[in-house]
Amino acid sequence: MELLYSAKPLAAILVSFFVVPIIFSAKSENVREAWTFVAAILKFTIVLSMLPFVLKGGEIAYTLAEVLPGLAIEFKVDAFGMLFALVSSSLWIVTSMYSIGYMRTLKEHGQTRYYACFALSLSATLGVAFAGNLLTLYLFYEMLSFATYPLVTHHQDREARSSGRKYITYILGASIGLVLPAMLVIYSQTGTFEFAPQGFMNGHFSQGAMAVLLLMFVFGFAKAGVMPFHSWLPAAMVAPTPVSALLHAVAVVKVGVFCVARVITGVFGTKMLADMGLGTLVCYVASFTIIVSSLIALSQDGLKRRLAFSTIGQLSYIILGVALLSPSGMTGGMLHIAMHAFGKITLFFCAGAIFAASGIKNISEMVGIGRRMPFTMTAFLLGSLSVIGLPPLGGFISKWNLVIGTLESGQIFFLFVLLASSLLNAAYFLPISYKAFFCTDEEAMFEKKVDEVPTWCLVPLCITATCSVIFFFYPQPFLQLAKMTVSTIIGAPMP
Amino acid sequence: MTQHFPALLIIIPLLSALIVSAMGWIDRRWCFPLAGASLAGALAVSVGLCAQVMAAGPIVYKMAGWRPPIGIVYVIDYLNAPVLVVILSVALLNLISAKTWIERDFAEKLSAYLGLYLLFLAGMVGIVATGDAFNLYVLLEIGSLTGYALIGLGKERAPLSSLNYLFMGTIGASFYLLGIGYIYIATGTLNMADIARIVPTLAGSGTLFLALVICMAGLFVKMALFPMHGWLPNAYSNAPSASAGLIAPLTTKVMIYAMVRVGLTVFTPEFTFSRALLSEAIVWLAVAAIVTGSLLALMQRRLSRMLTYIIVAEVGYMVGGFWLGNKAGVTGATLHIINDAAMTLTLFMAVSAIIWKLGSDRFEDLQGLFGKMPFTMTGFVLAALAVIGIPPTCGFFSKWYLITGGIHAGQWAFVAALLFSSLVNAVLFFRIFEIAFFEPFAEGHGHHDHGPALSEAPVTMVVPLLLAALSLIALGLYSGDIVTKLIQLAIPAGIA
Repeated sequence: MELLYSAKPLAAILVSFFVVPIIFSAKSENVREAWTFVAAILKFTIVLSMLPFVLKGGEIAYTLAEVLPGLAIEFKVDAFGMLFALVSSSLWIVTSMYSIGYMRTLKEHGQTRYYACFALSLSATLGVAFAGNLLTLYLFYEMLSFATYPLVTHHQDREARSSGRKYITYILGASIGLVLPAMLVIYSQTGTFEFAPQGFMNGHFSQGAMAVLLLMFVFGFAKAGVMPFHSWLPAAMVAPTPVSALLHAVAVVKVGVFCVARVITGVFGTKMLADMGLGTLVCYVASFTIIVSSLIALSQDGLKRRLAFSTIGQLSYIILGVALLSPSGMTGGMLHIAMHAFGKITLFFCAGAIFAASGIKNISEMVGIGRRMPFTMTAFLLGSLSVIGLPPLGGFISKWNLVIGTLESGQIFFLFVLLASSLLNAAYFLPISYKAFFCTDEEAMFEKKVDEVPTWCLVPLCITATCSVIFFFYPQPFLQLAKMTVSTIIGAPMP
Repeated sequence: MTQHFPALLIIIPLLSALIVSAMGWIDRRWCFPLAGASLAGALAVSVGLCAQVMAAGPIVYKMAGWRPPIGIVYVIDYLNAPVLVVILSVALLNLISAKTWIERDFAEKLSAYLGLYLLFLAGMVGIVATGDAFNLYVLLEIGSLTGYALIGLGKERAPLSSLNYLFMGTIGASFYLLGIGYIYIATGTLNMADIARIVPTLAGSGTLFLALVICMAGLFVKMALFPMHGWLPNAYSNAPSASAGLIAPLTTKVMIYAMVRVGLTVFTPEFTFSRALLSEAIVWLAVAAIVTGSLLALMQRRLSRMLTYIIVAEVGYMVGGFWLGNKAGVTGATLHIINDAAMTLTLFMAVSAIIWKLGSDRFEDLQGLFGKMPFTMTGFVLAALAVIGIPPTCGFFSKWYLITGGIHAGQWAFVAALLFSSLVNAVLFFRIFEIAFFEPFAEGHGHHDHGPALSEAPVTMVVPLLLAALSLIALGLYSGDIVTKLIQLAIPAGIA
């Protein structure tokens, strides 16, 4: 494997830092938002420029500072990190576009703070993606918690305060209370934090200790929303919709599952977990979350809340896939980070568009809305099909791999979990689209006249919906990156 | 010239204290620049010394050429070189930040106040630099007496709080002196290095052990270790802002330094940590300090009082870490001296700026503060992150060593107390953030221009505050260097 030392990962992370002061000093909103675009596009370009090298099997490394003896803040861009970085940095551009439409239409206050915090959050997300060791991962994980707090509580009213309190209590409480002690125990035993293809535990711990430590990570990275550490996510839906879209369907929650996946593969090692039978333990935890959250989603009338519970379930798909420890399972889990991101962000964009155009938040009031907003609701249908996992949408590819993964590992129970959950997904998504388009004139709550949201909102959701379709036919480079990651882990090329 | 740097370190603040006091009769306008210049000079000297130590090892300076053990020596080594730099940086930054306060509150007594300020520093610097156990006591009294005066100059209840502090402080200092007396009886010398040479030959000596216990007890009173902490919250929160920003970051930390110095290089570590029962008991005391300090902080309704109880908990961090008696613990305690001084300075400067603008630091008056004072709050937030222990701020790394030390020593109560305190700190600061960010609640659903207009503290307050806040991140990123190039070299080989 080729290793290249370059400051590019650092540059990709810091590029939004540099823009923050400019955003703060900008007098006019056009200038401010132009700078956001500059930052977003620069970030994506830097990430993209590293892609060819990574696709050739290389890794890009950079050490920032040795903060503890033998332990540095360091970055390492491998295939898995690249996959996540591509998803989040590309979707930032789209979300910035959507933010402009949404925030201006609703005349939100404090927009300067909003864009600055958004930029910081993306820095932290890339920091997690490129983290070369557990300490760096933790550092950026915490940074993301703080950078997103002002976004979640953007409205600054009582509801925002109580949701913000819940958000920070869960996220920070779990990371300081569970992840940090687990890290300290591991470091004091192994003396290293460097991610390795088969982990670095090397028999330092007994099976029982391993199980406890593993669960401390799975629950401690509360951004992954594994039950019972999930209830911050529906609460955080008080945030403006672009925040919910990018952060709570893509960046924040995916950082959670990314961290869990990294720890399972890079710290514990799949072989050791398989030998000890601990992967199955995590699979059961994830399965519980998948089924229960889907059942709860069925009963939610608030569209964003339904999406939130759907997200909780989908996140556990990723954890389930990785914890299956079989090649296809891991591929499917990692791929689902990308596929679910594009599908779910479309759905959130649509929810925001409906709210911005009509002020409606509840599903029961959306009968016939397809007449008024045909583009938005078509995109919504595509997004839901992708999340359910039906062809011809990207979500099918990842779910297919997950299903194969359960067979490969011979754990048929989880196959049924996936199938049951897909049915539940369909049950809570499809009626929304059905009611939007197919209803009698008496039932319809909207005029037949087309009255869509502003273009700034509409274009992004069409783009992400189209991407979801494209990824079914051409799931590159994500599929290849996921397969490369898995082949590094298992030490053999993927079929 | 450079060979006299250790002497300059104390002569500069001492002499300039006299000059500044005298200048009050001639032209008061010169007092402040003079004080600032002398501090900057002393800071430059300390930086020079630190570089010298890192390049060529410890420096022993014989005052007036008298040879030890008769004469007094000043020793600059890996342990105190960074502490000296921190002390003088804190003093300089706080002096600039407190300029507007000093000019307003002490307009008539400007020269006297600045004289005390410099004399206090002479004491603090001397305590850290001296290589003589009795000289340490003398400088301790200089630092303490000026400290009482600096606090007592405040309004309302400040004189009473200062008197209370004086009683406790005098008891503490007397204990220390008593301990030194016992050491002198047992060893016949007062020079630290000399004592350290003799201690191993007296390994089983009850007198010497009693001396250690009494010295430590005196220092514990002076650093406000629970349950001897009663004087601290009143003294620090009623003190004038200008003094609080100086005394709160320095006094307790310098006393911790004295504890480390006495424990490691006056007594040898083998001797200090020889009685497991003593170490164990002190660690439990530290656990109690951390837990009660954190809980009492939760009960406060004033920002400055909340911070004083956080200091009580932080003293527990360092005392507990040191008495774990292992390498990670001692490293963490020593590193935390530096980090906690920087964090406390930042927090107290922020509070000083807030009180300057609002005239109060009660929680209910902090509404809308993010809108009014965004720069001050930026500094405050960074300091809060450091206190909670979020990487890459410095607070994370010292806590890391402390917890690692607890794990190595199997002191799970100490580990749990540290994690508990981190969580409580998160609650404490987020409570402030919530008031300052959300309140006053507006009508409707937040689609409005929120909060009051910008009304920031003077630039002389904001700039030092932001510098201190940035130093928290710099200290974090460089903590690897600080540990490997200084602190680990200061820890004697006897500690595993």
